[in-house]
Amino acid sequence: MSMLELRGVSKSYGQGSAEVHALRDVSLTADEGEMVAVMGPSGSGKSTLLTIAGTLEEPTSGEVLIAGVSVGKASRGTKARLRRRVIGYVFQDFNLLPGLTAAENVSLPLELDGLSARKARVPGLRGLQRLGLGERAAHYPDQLSGGERQRVAIARAMVGDRRLLLADEPSGALDSANAQAVMRMLLDACKEGGMTAVVVTHDAQLASWADRVVFLRDGTVTDQTAPAQGPEILLTPERNQ
Amino acid sequence: MSVRHAMLALLSEGPKYGWQLREEFEARTGEVWPLNVGQVYTTLQRLERDGLVESDETSAAEGPQKGFRITAEGDQELARWLRTPPDLSSPPRDELVMKVLVALHVPSADVHAVIQAHRRYLVELMQRWTRIREDETGGDVSTLLAVDAELFRLDSVVRWLDAAEARVNRAAADGTMPWAGQPRSAPPRKQTRAPLHGSGGK
Repeated sequence: MSMLELRGVSKSYGQGSAEVHALRDVSLTADEGEMVAVMGPSGSGKSTLLTIAGTLEEPTSGEVLIAGVSVGKASRGTKARLRRRVIGYVFQDFNLLPGLTAAENVSLPLELDGLSARKARVPGLRGLQRLGLGERAAHYPDQLSGGERQRVAIARAMVGDRRLLLADEPSGALDSANAQAVMRMLLDACKEGGMTAVVVTHDAQLASWADRVVFLRDGTVTDQTAPAQGPEILLTPERNQ
Repeated sequence: MSVRHAMLALLSEGPKYGWQLREEFEARTGEVWPLNVGQVYTTLQRLERDGLVESDETSAAEGPQKGFRITAEGDQELARWLRTPPDLSSPPRDELVMKVLVALHVPSADVHAVIQAHRRYLVELMQRWTRIREDETGGDVSTLLAVDAELFRLDSVVRWLDAAEARVNRAAADGTMPWAGQPRSAPPRKQTRAPLHGSGGK
């Protein structure tokens, strides 16, 4: 089943001669349990695609379906519920609230969804621990490194067992080992927890974790990788001869 | 990869049989560089000829077996090799780079499509190596390093393709592209050329 479906989505800004086409007729699906990477250069429309998929922006034309629900036709309440309960969003610049500790930032979406602060704290702390930040739970964002802030943002996006994670360059501030740990955790959440992830990046090493890589250029999907093949193709004796 | 020096490295840990050397070489390189038996024994014979290893025959349940150990000269050669950087002073002849460069000058070629075809292939390879690293290495450090090296190598080529595409875009905008990536509309004019060899003889 498709968790996310974009049907002929276009997005333009401005009018007349100042009109800029950020996306042109983009169609894309991400199935349950699948990790899809969207690769493209700066200005190719990657972040716009993600904000539209996350219901943070509306397309100029086309349709977005999340868990089978057409977002364009949904009421404001339904959209708000999708954002609170289904979609987790990792922003490129983290968007952590400065007056809240790491643990409070992570548990905030659960509190906004009606859980008491005490009850929301438990899954919040668990999320931080999964990302190796258990000891930093009481620290404020300005007391954390860039990599730690990024991991807090990822923990916040995943808290409450979201079914669709949308991540904009989720390992941009991380060193190689931490980037791998984050991607491993996201992949596990997809394969074992049935989460769907759409990861936007210009980094091929990051994209290589995905089941499928979609290439975007000038707001258009130009290509995508073939279905995954087994590793045996790389381990044949002919390789050394 | 120098099989010769890999054999010396394995023997620096202690005496070993030929079949052991093959198994350990493959295990430590994560089977990324498989060796055949012939390669192992030919290499050992040459090392023995050069005084870098010594051998002796021992009897075992399966019959006589030839064991090998490193000599003092072998130790010195191994230390010298480890510290000597490989010659990277001249760029390798890279087929992918050549294809992109050639595409720039082929009027009917879409340079972006050529670049994207290579990019997709490289990312597909990287997906497979990432899967191997996660599923098949069993946490073995040597194998992880070998797979990392391949991932970084492929990644560097993808980055070059990204940079190449950006440069092509700039050149197209500046009007300095050989064919601006556009198919040539008219056939080339027939050129008259002087014969390579003059018709007049002695």
